[in-house]
Amino acid sequence: MFKGGFIQNLPKIYGLYTGGFLVFILMMAIAEQAGVTAKTIGILFVAFTVAIYALIGYLSRTVQVDAYYLAGRQVPTVFNGMATAADWMSGASFVALAGGVYFGGYSYMAFLVGWTGGYVLVSTLLAPYLRKFGCYTVPDFIGTRYGGNGVRFCAVLVLVLASFTYVTAQINATGTIAARALGIPFEAGVWVGLVSILLCSMLGGMRAVTWTQVAQYIVLIVAYLIPVFWISNKIGAGVFPHLMLGDEVARITELEGQFGLVKNSAADVKAAGVPGGLKSIAVAHAGVGAGGMAVWKYISLAICMMVGTASLPHILMRYFTTPSVKSARKSVAWSLFFIFLLYSSAPMLATLSKISLIDPNLPTGIIGKSIADVQSIEWVKQWSSQKQVFIADFNGDGILQLNEWFMRTGVVVLATPEVAGLPYVISGLVAAGGMAAAMSTADGLVLAISNALSHDVYYNMIDPKADVRKRLIVARVLLIVVGAAGAYIASMRITSILGAVAWAFDFAMSGLFFPLVLGVWWKRATREGAIAGMLSGLAAGTAYLIYVYPKFMGNPAWLGIDHLRFGLIGAPVCLVVMVVVSLMTKAPDAATQRMVDEVRVPSGKSILGRAH
Amino acid sequence: MSNKEKHWQKTKGHMIMTMCLWAFFSMVIFLFGYEINGVSFLGYPLAYYMTAQGSLLAFVIIIFWFANKQEKIDEEFGFGEKED
Repeated sequence: MFKGGFIQNLPKIYGLYTGGFLVFILMMAIAEQAGVTAKTIGILFVAFTVAIYALIGYLSRTVQVDAYYLAGRQVPTVFNGMATAADWMSGASFVALAGGVYFGGYSYMAFLVGWTGGYVLVSTLLAPYLRKFGCYTVPDFIGTRYGGNGVRFCAVLVLVLASFTYVTAQINATGTIAARALGIPFEAGVWVGLVSILLCSMLGGMRAVTWTQVAQYIVLIVAYLIPVFWISNKIGAGVFPHLMLGDEVARITELEGQFGLVKNSAADVKAAGVPGGLKSIAVAHAGVGAGGMAVWKYISLAICMMVGTASLPHILMRYFTTPSVKSARKSVAWSLFFIFLLYSSAPMLATLSKISLIDPNLPTGIIGKSIADVQSIEWVKQWSSQKQVFIADFNGDGILQLNEWFMRTGVVVLATPEVAGLPYVISGLVAAGGMAAAMSTADGLVLAISNALSHDVYYNMIDPKADVRKRLIVARVLLIVVGAAGAYIASMRITSILGAVAWAFDFAMSGLFFPLVLGVWWKRATREGAIAGMLSGLAAGTAYLIYVYPKFMGNPAWLGIDHLRFGLIGAPVCLVVMVVVSLMTKAPDAATQRMVDEVRVPSGKSILGRAH
Repeated sequence: MSNKEKHWQKTKGHMIMTMCLWAFFSMVIFLFGYEINGVSFLGYPLAYYMTAQGSLLAFVIIIFWFANKQEKIDEEFGFGEKED
């Protein structure tokens, strides 16, 4: 059945894997009918999928440097696209995106445009050139192009800051899902999550992460799309929801008019004892705010997310693993295609979930019913007991109004199967999908950080004479240390003061975007310019963040640039400083200029060899 | 102008073209979000549709188009890569 090597057989292997996973879902569905408890099904889903990833991680073990850092540069275009999509779509994308759309409406959907549009920048400005360069890590490119350990170290600094901001949130998400599915405390769940993450990456580095990410993508996309299509067909909204929910969107707008979108005052919410973080529906589903500020808010957020996307090292490094420059370019397109499958479904899921909840004509609708009846519904009982949903009868009439229903953002995805009355097996599947999404992103991030520390700091700066064995041992030790540090911070439950995932994009954008782009597109860019740009961009961005974030200094935002958008301060400072300092210092030498010329043509050998 | 320089000129032009398309779908249309939302597309309000699905799809198509055309430019100047 399997002739030829592993790479030639990839479509067969993952085809079998997908078939096996679907069979597993069917078996769980049968088990549910046979009376196996919901809890056991949840445990089986998470345990089974994590065990598969661990097996893949073990089978992909390696003792070669280029396999550890670059997966041997032989990951085919489409598979690299899937791996990047899993790398990209975090636990937050999976669990919180639809919820964000649900409560935030049009202005929140700037994230959708931002998190996809960035890939156009990746493919045109960076990915093919970085692949031609042949670097192991993003600081490897900066260090070689500009020359010297100083500039390399600055790049490591930005990378660690941006990626670490991101990784604690991911480990936090794996912990939350593991805790809920396995029925263990959150603190223990975080460490279970960490062990699962390390199982996937420690023995095989990039190679192991690549093949587990492909497997994780398959699980997460199946887990996301099945409920969307199922609910859509169940409530008769349309066979293919993406093209056919126009009527439902119009119906939600009509119901919003009928019920009234009331924004509860903070005092009312507090007096009623609504748990923190729960929201009511107060923003129009499909309406667009009028006025210049609304437009600026939307576009500025989209810009930050797009430019940030093009600067995040754990994404860029995925394109170092393709066999050629043109496959790196194509691979970006496939990545975005696979991401599109999920992102375009998130607003549809939000629409279906909302209409199931608020339309009185549907059996699942709860708005306008008596509160006593609603509180006796099984899923409402269960999620209320976990303080994830809440009912506050503000007007005391015993009837549930739209503004009296509160929900946590993440619950929209996790609870929608139950809200719409699907069997529990779907909820178990969704838990496995969320786990896959959080794990794959955490893996990519932990690996990006530890690779930069092992390759750029240890090997290039501390001990350039280290042999292969020693380098790989150091890389693995650092992987454990970085993962443990992330898990430790996640287990302290201080994520609320750590800020938003969006910060990672702003940090990366402030410090890395222009040094990377100008490294390829502007020969005159010098080492001094790059160092000055990275440090001043990062400093300006961070200073503005401290100035504006409510939990730090809390000053009013300047021109609507709030803490989610501080990259709009950092990146321009970085650009201006980098250009000015570059022009003031001596132009790069002839060898560097030749190197840049070489990077610009796809054919020929890469600048840095396979093993370096 | 050497072959390499010509290739880079054309590559730059292609990049700028792609950036213009990108800017149109990511920013320009959302400048008019309020105005175009009254237009109906597939039954959805247009601005809602673009941010939920339309622009995302446009980006996918733009990148495939970009990659194919860049490959042709590379081959035209003899910088195409051998089959891998």
